[in-house]
Amino acid sequence: MHIRLRVKRFEAGKDREPYWSEYGLEVEATDRVLDALHRVKWHQDGTLTFRRSCAHGVCGSDAMLINGRNRLACKVLIRDVGDHIAVEPLRGYPVIRDLVVDQSAFFRKYESVQPYLVADGEPPARERRQSPAERERFDDTTKCILCMACTTSCPVFWPNPEYVGPAAIVNAHRFLFDSRDTEKEGRLARLNAGDGVWRCRTIFNCVEACPREINITRAIGEVKKALLLQKG
Amino acid sequence: MALVYHQHEVVIVGAGGAGLMAALALRGRDVAVLSKLHPVRSHTGAAQGGIGAALGNMEEDHWEWHMFDTVKGSDYLADQDAVEILAREAVETVMDLEHWGLPFSRTPEGKIAQRKFGGHTKEYGKEAVRRSCYAADRTGHMILQTCYQQGIRHQVKYYNEYMVVELLVESGRTAGVVAVSIADGQLHVFHAKAVLFATGGFGRMYEVTSNAHALTGDGVAVAWQAGVPIEDMEFFQFHPTGIYRLGILITEGARGEGGKLLNGKGERFMERYAPSMLDLAPRDIISRCIYRELREGRGIHGQGYVHLDLTHLGAKVIHEKLPDITDFVRTYLGIDPVKEPIPVQPTAHYAMGGIPTDMWGRVVVDEKNKILPGFYAAGECACVSVHGANRLGTNSLVDILVFGRRAGRDIARYVGENEYPPLAPHAGEATGERLARLREGRNGSGGRAESVADLRETLQREMMEKASVFRTSGLLAQMSEKLFELRQRFQNVVIQDRSTVFNTDLMEALELGFLLDVAEATVAAALARSESRGAHFREDFPQRDDQNWLKHSLAYRGADGKIEFKYKPVTITRFEPKERKY
Repeated sequence: MHIRLRVKRFEAGKDREPYWSEYGLEVEATDRVLDALHRVKWHQDGTLTFRRSCAHGVCGSDAMLINGRNRLACKVLIRDVGDHIAVEPLRGYPVIRDLVVDQSAFFRKYESVQPYLVADGEPPARERRQSPAERERFDDTTKCILCMACTTSCPVFWPNPEYVGPAAIVNAHRFLFDSRDTEKEGRLARLNAGDGVWRCRTIFNCVEACPREINITRAIGEVKKALLLQKG
Repeated sequence: MALVYHQHEVVIVGAGGAGLMAALALRGRDVAVLSKLHPVRSHTGAAQGGIGAALGNMEEDHWEWHMFDTVKGSDYLADQDAVEILAREAVETVMDLEHWGLPFSRTPEGKIAQRKFGGHTKEYGKEAVRRSCYAADRTGHMILQTCYQQGIRHQVKYYNEYMVVELLVESGRTAGVVAVSIADGQLHVFHAKAVLFATGGFGRMYEVTSNAHALTGDGVAVAWQAGVPIEDMEFFQFHPTGIYRLGILITEGARGEGGKLLNGKGERFMERYAPSMLDLAPRDIISRCIYRELREGRGIHGQGYVHLDLTHLGAKVIHEKLPDITDFVRTYLGIDPVKEPIPVQPTAHYAMGGIPTDMWGRVVVDEKNKILPGFYAAGECACVSVHGANRLGTNSLVDILVFGRRAGRDIARYVGENEYPPLAPHAGEATGERLARLREGRNGSGGRAESVADLRETLQREMMEKASVFRTSGLLAQMSEKLFELRQRFQNVVIQDRSTVFNTDLMEALELGFLLDVAEATVAAALARSESRGAHFREDFPQRDDQNWLKHSLAYRGADGKIEFKYKPVTITRFEPKERKY
């Protein structure tokens, strides 16, 4: 089928304003949007710039705005978005070039929630025991691939770049509800701060944006509840 | 553009499992981790089914059994002293990961859950054993996340989106690397006492592959260009179950949970080929069997695929234990694996060969295991060799962690005992000029301008046809000529993007050069080895020939560009080579 692919272009240090490039090309309905971007890059315009690696939705490199929604270009098929496709960079972070944004502020937020297990005492010789039910408690939030789709879809984040954002909260949740972790207080205190979890207005954009189908709003709600219980 | 200089005691190239494990073993030292991606994008994260370790959580198991299976799986080409380390240290490594927080799936009593995997058996081949420790079907994702998280905790220093293009060797010692910062095109020289390459594989030399676009053999090619030989390049594994045409991996864990392979007549064809292990025979064997079925007209509807049938497992098992592959199959094929079988074909998956190392990750440069001081390699880009002619499922994750850590430990010793080697005054400048020519379109000798994409597509298609699962001297010789032609045309590549800012057009040109290197080594080594062993199957020499070929190949790039070979013996300790039956 023939599609019309429009891409928002910008190069930091060169362009004053973003502009649109438009490409016409033949694709299969079952091709990924990433395949279309590749076809343009490889056979029409080598300057078209985007990140990608695994091409099947696990590395998190190619989140972008596709027809107004944050998606992974490798996880959305042409037939699901139609023959007029508009692609833009994720919102809220500086664009380096075309679809490539500066991720450093995003990862600083992630690091701020201590995204690693803290467990008191010497570990045992074998594994720490954890029941299947305890393991299930945080299963959903282990799926996060840090693709940035959720945080950059959040209307609270756009005007408040200091907001820690859904991705960081998801990763805090992953440890807060891990029965092996003993560093609840520090993490909760960080999320209780002014730029923390209370900024969330349960708009659910993050849930729609997540390519891993994590129920992010529920995870945020559980963190809020943990804070309330801790206070009480 | 002036070069930017850095000095770090240790430079690690690649931030997947092997690189991160080494960085963690070196915590407290002055270490820089360079990756052409962001670390969490590394391909370790795509591993699905599990990490093998004889924990014995589900049933009796011993590291000796794991060792035997690995040796037999390798078609007796693995070095058994190294395999012993792999199998022994797997157990403590899995425990360390658990202590670092890795969310393994659990048994009812709260232990790490384990499942069956191809070629893993009890009592030296008797029947399948549950040895693969898993976190649903995203074990690699959890390993990558856990190691990266520990890196944050221990303040590892990362240089993200830096692409390494040259290894610096000064008077017989490793002195550092040259890298491009992708964001701004700046060339950097990293002066180091020790360099570890942990750059992964090169499945992208084939058309249908499970490998990420980033897996273009950079580290292997860069080492080779610096004069280091590369080992056992003829052995490249095709995983039996890639999604038809796309090559996306469907974990062997699906068969570990009971999934079956069916041909166009609805037959469970592995009954004919591997009556004891059936669908859990090793990958080299199953991939060949699938191709035999296809050749003999027993594909599904006569097409180039067979079915992986999970429908009898039930929704609960599929959703709990195989959620990610269910998602892939739904997304890309519109199929629900609970209700319908999955169309699969073999997909280029794993390089058994690579940069030769000893058991501490130290790179060795000849058949007598002479060390190149300060240069280390670990993970898929390295060849210890623990996988020999065919790797067993789950052993790549063991390999990256066990040997990544050992490399890190030996580097700590090495940098403590040695000063910085001298750096040549003009280090990196020739590379800078070469890159500038390429970027500015001043490349070539005046011939017709060539496109990177056209050359790469030709390479991938031809390698698939002529140098994949079934090989003959005729096809390999044709491929060799084709590679010569592609190499000539590569000299005239002209890219479109002239910018210094995030120039992925330039990156792809460099990556194509790396792919051509590893493909040339693969084809030359395959042509030289006139026997069949593991993943290397020669139709004109269908038998294994221990008399002449129980040895590792070392490919050298001669000054005239020709490839020459040396061979080194296989280390055999516990298990004498035997016929390999499943």
